Amino acid sequence: MADRLASDLLRPVFQTTGKFYALVAVLGGIVLCGAAAWGYQLYYGFGVTGYNWPVYWALHETNFVFWIGISHAGTLISAILRLVNATWRRPVTRCAEIITAFALMIGAMFPIIHLGRPWLAFFLIPYPSERGIWPNYRSPLVWDFFAINTYLLSSLLFLALPMIPDFALIRDRAAGLRKKVYSLLSMGWQGTPKQWHRLESAMHIMALAILPIAVSVHTIVSFDFSMAVVPMWHSTIFGPYFVAGAIFSGIAALIVVMALLRKALHLEAYLLPLHFENLGKLLLLMSLLWGYFVFNERLTVWYGNSPHEMNVFWSTQTGDFAPFFWTMVLCNFVIPFPLLAIKKLRSISTAVIASCCVVAGMWLERFLIIVPSLARKSTSYSWGTYTPEWTEIIIMVASFAAMALLYVLVSKLVPIISIWELKVGEHPKSKVPAVVREEETTAAGELL
Amino acid sequence: MPHRWGMTVDLDRCTGCEACVVACQAENNISTVGPVEASRGRAKHWMRVERYWEGEFPDVQLKFRPVLCQQCDVAPCEPVCPTYASSHTDEGLNAQIYNRCIGTRYCANACSYNVRFFNFYNPVWEKPLHLQLNPDVSIREQGVMEKCTFCIQRINAGKIDAAANDRELRDGDISPACVQSCTANALVFGDLNDPESAVSRLSRSPRGSKLLEDLGTQPKVTYLERGSWQESAGTRNG
Repeated sequence: MADRLASDLLRPVFQTTGKFYALVAVLGGIVLCGAAAWGYQLYYGFGVTGYNWPVYWALHETNFVFWIGISHAGTLISAILRLVNATWRRPVTRCAEIITAFALMIGAMFPIIHLGRPWLAFFLIPYPSERGIWPNYRSPLVWDFFAINTYLLSSLLFLALPMIPDFALIRDRAAGLRKKVYSLLSMGWQGTPKQWHRLESAMHIMALAILPIAVSVHTIVSFDFSMAVVPMWHSTIFGPYFVAGAIFSGIAALIVVMALLRKALHLEAYLLPLHFENLGKLLLLMSLLWGYFVFNERLTVWYGNSPHEMNVFWSTQTGDFAPFFWTMVLCNFVIPFPLLAIKKLRSISTAVIASCCVVAGMWLERFLIIVPSLARKSTSYSWGTYTPEWTEIIIMVASFAAMALLYVLVSKLVPIISIWELKVGEHPKSKVPAVVREEETTAAGELL
Repeated sequence: MPHRWGMTVDLDRCTGCEACVVACQAENNISTVGPVEASRGRAKHWMRVERYWEGEFPDVQLKFRPVLCQQCDVAPCEPVCPTYASSHTDEGLNAQIYNRCIGTRYCANACSYNVRFFNFYNPVWEKPLHLQLNPDVSIREQGVMEKCTFCIQRINAGKIDAAANDRELRDGDISPACVQSCTANALVFGDLNDPESAVSRLSRSPRGSKLLEDLGTQPKVTYLERGSWQESAGTRNG
């Protein structure tokens, strides 16, 4: 049993096919195109983008909020599932945690890409300057800087901790340089009861700690908008609204990634319809919650009838941005709701269709929060609009390719499904450490 | 007592000639961007004259409103800047420190008046305009925000001149380029902390109001305009 687990799940780590290289080449090529587009923007100036007065934030910021939102897939979902001890979570958690780490890295690049002078981004770091200048702690962008770095650090830790026993497993099977690297990564893991105990408590502490961090991160991202006196930005609902949207898009991304992995790595025996059904139910719940928030946001603005806000309101309901708004409603609610709610329709493919819609819809949601407000600020003389140029579109496409590329690469380095957690799951009655230790030793023994 | 610079804009006097716009452009080394970029919304106008049409044809009325940085006491642009590039001076100006600006453009988004401008490219001047650059004003590079300074170079020059001649700064010693060039005398500049200055007296006029006053930004620019209720009552205030 243990051997089947290990050989199935470790196969991608030890065997490299031609398809892998082709995929890395294609994705790497797209990422390089994105890097070139950013270089073009740096060299010729920010004017090569579609940004203008008064829409000074647009696609880069949309992507920033979108990717930070996607990052809530992981950590938050896996932490909740771990804390409530949902046993079906076992094959899912690592997929989710990897999304978090990479989505955060990609998301955190956009605030740098969007700067007029990115080479001075270090001004945000409170370093001891000879002139005694510190960053402005009243600025939500500085809060962002600290929140995202905290989240990145803790989610990397949260990702790396449960990898240690699997690193040890690879170490035991590998030879040469790979053995040396994995010996370092597994940090002397022997699978002793003491080590298992420490890992379990560390995971528990991290799962508890990461929940408030994840909630605060997207709340602070929402503060970038809600702190400014801009029509339909200046709203008290934004904190929870953004967090709910983030979890919503995160689950959707997780379902898409899981379906892709299932096909690509032949994980049909591990990622079961049950997992997609359970995650689909969570997605349905978040879809309802998201619809509730949008209804709240829209109704209070409409009822309040403030002239400044109504200009933004109508531009999204019936005006220039209406096609995007109604597409968003379609993607986030109208399509996924029946697909996920009606039991007969529930399947892996419908869950994936619903999730793809939600990912697209949530991207539109971020765009619709940022751009229409800036295009319809308080004085009608300075109204404007925005059309993206190729520069920011290429950078955006490259960010998606970067996510896929990092995922493909990491599937070479670690088993995408946590082997030891699955093993624990197959012996639910036994105490965790002893069983796994036994499994571990027999697995190693069989190999030898 | 430190100075507190302010301005009044008399909309009843403004003819919409835009001399203030041109003077500002020349005084502050504001680069022009050409018609194509201007049509894409990249033009920079620290001072602009907004035109509003009221009524239905043929009974229409055209109104001019010169808009520049309102030098708010509670400025939305200042707290949001992560690097203190946008900060308050002792004399109440909303200063922009170009060397400190990293170009997040957050200040421009937060500003309700849209009077902050981003340098999408490095500045260029069509010949022979490059020969008339003002040596007292620094050039802003690509990626930096810029905005009206109330011609801070003229404020500083006025203070230095007064100190060199060993006298107090008098009302009217300093006038920003827009004020100096206003043919209709619609713009008045001065120290709001001097209750007797022309700008202080005009700011107290019943014709006065602040732009987007309800946002609580407490601007130091006051707009003077005879309201329709005053016209119908036949009063002539201010």
